[in-house]
Amino acid sequence: MVNKPTRRTDDIIGNDSWNIQLDNNGQLKHFLTIEGLGTNILNQILDTAESFAGVNESVKKVPLLRGKTIVNLFFEASTRTRTTFELAAKRLSADVLNMNISASATSKGETLLDTLRNLEAMQTDMFVVRHADSGTAHFIANHVAPHIRVLNAGDGCHAHPTQAMLDMFTIRRNKGADFGKLRVAIVGDILHSRVARSQIHALNTLNTGEVRVVGPKTLIPKDVKSMGVTVFHNLEDGIKDVDVVIMLRLQKERMQGALLPSEQEYFQLYGLTEARFALAKPDAIVMHPGPINRGVEIESSVADGDRSVILNQVTYGIAVRMAVMSMTLGGNVNNNNNSENQAVK
Amino acid sequence: MKNILIKNARVIDPKNKLDEKTDVYIANKKIAGIGSVPDNFNAQQTIEAENLWLIPGIVDLCARLREPGLEQKADIETETRAAASAGITTLCMPPDTDPVIDEPAVVELILHKAKLAKQSHVFTLGALTAKLKGEHLSEMAGLKEAGCLGVSNARNSVNNPLILSRAFEYASTHNITVFIEPHDKNLSENGCAHEGAIACRLGLNAIPYAAETAPIAQILELIRDTDIRVHFGRLSCARSIELISDAKANGLKVSADVAAHQLHLTDMDISSFNSLYHVIPPLRTQRDMEALRRGIASGVISSICSDHQPHEIDAKLAPFPATEAGISSLETLLPLTLKLIENKQLDINTAIASITCNPAKILGLNSGHLGIGQAANLCLIDPQKEWTFNADEMLSHGKNTPFSGWNFRGKVVKTLLEGRTIFCAN
Repeated sequence: MVNKPTRRTDDIIGNDSWNIQLDNNGQLKHFLTIEGLGTNILNQILDTAESFAGVNESVKKVPLLRGKTIVNLFFEASTRTRTTFELAAKRLSADVLNMNISASATSKGETLLDTLRNLEAMQTDMFVVRHADSGTAHFIANHVAPHIRVLNAGDGCHAHPTQAMLDMFTIRRNKGADFGKLRVAIVGDILHSRVARSQIHALNTLNTGEVRVVGPKTLIPKDVKSMGVTVFHNLEDGIKDVDVVIMLRLQKERMQGALLPSEQEYFQLYGLTEARFALAKPDAIVMHPGPINRGVEIESSVADGDRSVILNQVTYGIAVRMAVMSMTLGGNVNNNNNSENQAVK
Repeated sequence: MKNILIKNARVIDPKNKLDEKTDVYIANKKIAGIGSVPDNFNAQQTIEAENLWLIPGIVDLCARLREPGLEQKADIETETRAAASAGITTLCMPPDTDPVIDEPAVVELILHKAKLAKQSHVFTLGALTAKLKGEHLSEMAGLKEAGCLGVSNARNSVNNPLILSRAFEYASTHNITVFIEPHDKNLSENGCAHEGAIACRLGLNAIPYAAETAPIAQILELIRDTDIRVHFGRLSCARSIELISDAKANGLKVSADVAAHQLHLTDMDISSFNSLYHVIPPLRTQRDMEALRRGIASGVISSICSDHQPHEIDAKLAPFPATEAGISSLETLLPLTLKLIENKQLDINTAIASITCNPAKILGLNSGHLGIGQAANLCLIDPQKEWTFNADEMLSHGKNTPFSGWNFRGKVVKTLLEGRTIFCAN
């Protein structure tokens, strides 16, 4: 219906497309959201991550991204995510620059685009972006120079695709590659969670048998069913017979509004205790994107128990991020399996 | 002032139930005759209008011209020129300028600038409460005296219902219409998108229907059994139309308008984070959009306005939630209205009335029609002209439009203000 003449306002919308994530050959160019990516891409990420998982243990570094510069552009505080991105980049032999922008530029009136142009001028090859506004990664991908790649490290409540992929990696390692027989429950603050949104897309793209979300109505977005989940407001019902329980972190600041009355009542109703976890399948695993609020969303004995894979998630995070970085920046790793395997060995 | 003859136009004047091919005679800045030559008329200028439509100059209920206070976005001179090119001869500014229109001096400044610009007529609404803070009443009688056509708190809610109720009573005492943009800031809580599947997917803070419908319902209860005149502007929800329809049936003196873009866009349009579609109230569902169109067809919503909000480009160059809301829309008001006629969603009479005599009536102006003796504010349209709207060719200082690239049929050829040509297409 709408044709696309050249115009000044093109600056605003850029490429105006979800497909900015893929190049003309359908290969991953930016990694902004799981939505719109096919099973083939997600499996390619998981397979590539599998090949890098060994790198972490035996060899520390591969030279895939030697000479590339990766800028961690964090507008929101983060330690773990930024550190794993940094480690991933370094193990691929890239140069890494960490920028915590919240305190510097934007407070002086410089716009996001100004900041971006300045960093572009430093011959950057990739931006890893975290920002409090939903849509920031898309905005940046729409405005960077054509050779620059963008990885979304979390934008507002929208997406956190590398976290979702490391969760899928964790599930695959523990439960096998057939997601169709799995029942997964995501518990907690779905409304404000970019992790949950990306997990839901990833689980559904990988044909998971059933995806459940569990929480009080104040923390479940309206129309979440349209994303392909079943909604439970009662934890006991929600985790009954599931294979995977994913607990979300409850942000302290959410307690101040009218969303929840208190941490105590939340834990009473939605905290994952041993007794409740027993309702899941006997071999069910529990996951958490961290950092954990012990005694708010999860009991310590569950978090530290033998069915908890929380620390594995952190380890796998490096391999998954290496996979995404090399796929977007290092050319097409999987089309060239030999050289990649050599690199790994 | 010379005598003008406009020959053979299809004259469409909904108020006077006129729709026929005829001649219009203009003398002394006024309409002197339609169809029959007035006494002693000697045409000094003849405009051949074969195959053209002649409609009353368009009346726009809500256009922010950004002056005073936000001149980096636009000013009265640039925006009234844009309005003239779009067939708009009268427009009304809400009071949320900087300084706020809560004292006569600000009104005088605006009217003075508009007079210097010599383009479309500019009117203002005054503030309902001082500084729009919702705490105490503005000097409404004085604002009316200075020329304000009504009072409004613009998009700032009045949170205390007692103050709101008293403001209504006080306005009514002085026979002033209260203009409401129903939008509860607490319920919308920094939202930027309709609460639905799209906002859920994109992780955007959502604005529920109740942010609009709850204030409407509250106000309708506050003015129940009174003759207070309230106009609800910029509706977005199907439910709002039901509420207002019921209120009208109960005899309340209420009226309503909708922004033209709400009749053509839905929340699907924001699904790639395109900030040009960031508007408040947010674009809602297909169902709402269709209900708004039906609301105009049935007369519950009597007017379509531009809700013009020009921005500098930087205001839209940021992640979606961080951008400023609004569309620069003077120049698409008529094209979008004509599109509804073309697509048979509105009949021609209703559509033209909704941008001429109906908004004039809401503003208490005896204009927007072609009665004998009326000021000759006119718009000539070539209804067959096919053209593509291009943001770069806009006269408004704000180029923030999502309609660039849209194809339209029907374009303004000439705009007359009191018999003087203020726009002529080349």
